[in-house]
Amino acid sequence: MKSFIPDINRQETVISIRDLYKSFGGNHVLRGVNLDLHSGENIVVLGRSGTGKSVLIKVIVGLLYPDAGTVNVLGQEVPELGVHALRALRLKVGFCFQNGALYDSMTVGENLAFPLRRNEPGMSRKERDKRIEMVLEAIGLSHTIGQMPAELSGGQKKRIGIGRTLILRPAIMLYDEPTAGLDPITCTEINDLINEVQHRFKTSSIIITHDLTCAKSTGDTIAVLKEGRFIRRGNFNEVFSSEDELIREFYEYNFIQ
Amino acid sequence: MEPIGQSGKPVISKRIDHFFITVYAIFGFIGRFLREVVRPPFETREFIRQCFHIGNKSLPLISLTGFITGLVFTKQSRPSLAEFGATSWLPSLISIAIVRALAPLVTALICAGRVGSSMGAELASMKVTEQIDAMEVSAINPFKYLVVTRVLACVVCLPLLMCYNGLIALAGAFVDIHLNEQTSMDTFIQNAFTNISFLDLMSSLVKVLIYGFTIGIVSCYQGFHATQGTEGVGKSANVSVVASMFLIFIEEVIIVQLVNMIR
Repeated sequence: MKSFIPDINRQETVISIRDLYKSFGGNHVLRGVNLDLHSGENIVVLGRSGTGKSVLIKVIVGLLYPDAGTVNVLGQEVPELGVHALRALRLKVGFCFQNGALYDSMTVGENLAFPLRRNEPGMSRKERDKRIEMVLEAIGLSHTIGQMPAELSGGQKKRIGIGRTLILRPAIMLYDEPTAGLDPITCTEINDLINEVQHRFKTSSIIITHDLTCAKSTGDTIAVLKEGRFIRRGNFNEVFSSEDELIREFYEYNFIQ
Repeated sequence: MEPIGQSGKPVISKRIDHFFITVYAIFGFIGRFLREVVRPPFETREFIRQCFHIGNKSLPLISLTGFITGLVFTKQSRPSLAEFGATSWLPSLISIAIVRALAPLVTALICAGRVGSSMGAELASMKVTEQIDAMEVSAINPFKYLVVTRVLACVVCLPLLMCYNGLIALAGAFVDIHLNEQTSMDTFIQNAFTNISFLDLMSSLVKVLIYGFTIGIVSCYQGFHATQGTEGVGKSANVSVVASMFLIFIEEVIIVQLVNMIR
């Protein structure tokens, strides 16, 4: 559980999604999704594989376009934004990929410097190095600055991926399966890091996962996605008091395992 | 009414639909390249890095193939010319063949194999591991950073490689002619370049620029649109080479026809 009380402002909505539909050919992935993310809140989206969890956050960041519905992020309708406006918005929305998606040909330091060099060209080298140092210290991997991604473990790659996102100081963080494929100890470290990011950088987050330990320790709100719609929403205890078959299966599988 | 393709049913047949969709997408890709190439900021550092990869690292292979091409072509041509007592025409024949056809084509085919496969595989691997998406969400234009720099590097480096390949091929030819006919270098150079016209040089330059553009666009397109995980990486590398070579031969036929009409 969290060691701090998150500063959630329920009056301020940073992401608002209404009646979102998305299909791929004949496969209807999202079928009328509604979601509000408040300032300072961590929402965990739970669901089985193929239920459209990753599609949901890709639509939020404009990597995919919805078939219908509205996606409002920080007051802007994402599907209606032009290229430049979308890029400007993306500076405020950090996206952490499942496997880190680090640039193979660059060292850890270069991976972190790359978005800064492109988006803040006026920044001096000294300032840039200081920011990189600060982020690496925050994720606890200062010693990896000169290493190549191939030399890192799975957990380290994910942490560097989170660091690379944090370097642009986003207001919103989107995590795609942050603990998938990791051992329980590394999972706990990642969960702690997600909470640390929320606390220290005052971010609002959507965390996509099917790991209930991650959901329990990082989520202020849990939303369960089934067949393209949210079937249950609330805090952990509220959601898992449900008798819904999927929710029971999730709970039993995760905790009995 | 449902938009075409939304129902998942093919309009003509699956393969024909796919062919036309791909052709349309490639033209869209070329159009985007032409728009992005003139728009700042320019990724100079990455462009130089790509020039180094394409140009400098191709030199050993280009040297070897160039020398062997010149040497073997001279050896193969000598008996035919000897029948007419015309071995003195060898430098002229060889140089025309090298400048007009062999140097551009050999350079392009080598680069299609070496550079095309590596670019196709590299970009495909970045695509399937979400590195290209990671650039997008970091507000970086991956098309400009990855595609524009690579295509431009191909267009710039191929003419330089072709000139180098041509000179090495002529050196190969000279070695064989010097050993067999005891021709001096001065005489060889004089005979070799007498029949080379400005049109020959310009047509070869235009050809190789087009080949460079073709290799760059085809390989980047394949890499940028890779699917199916690691299997897609191999497929992209393979298709990049095959499609580039196929298009190079078609372009060669068309350009030769056009140049012959002008000549």
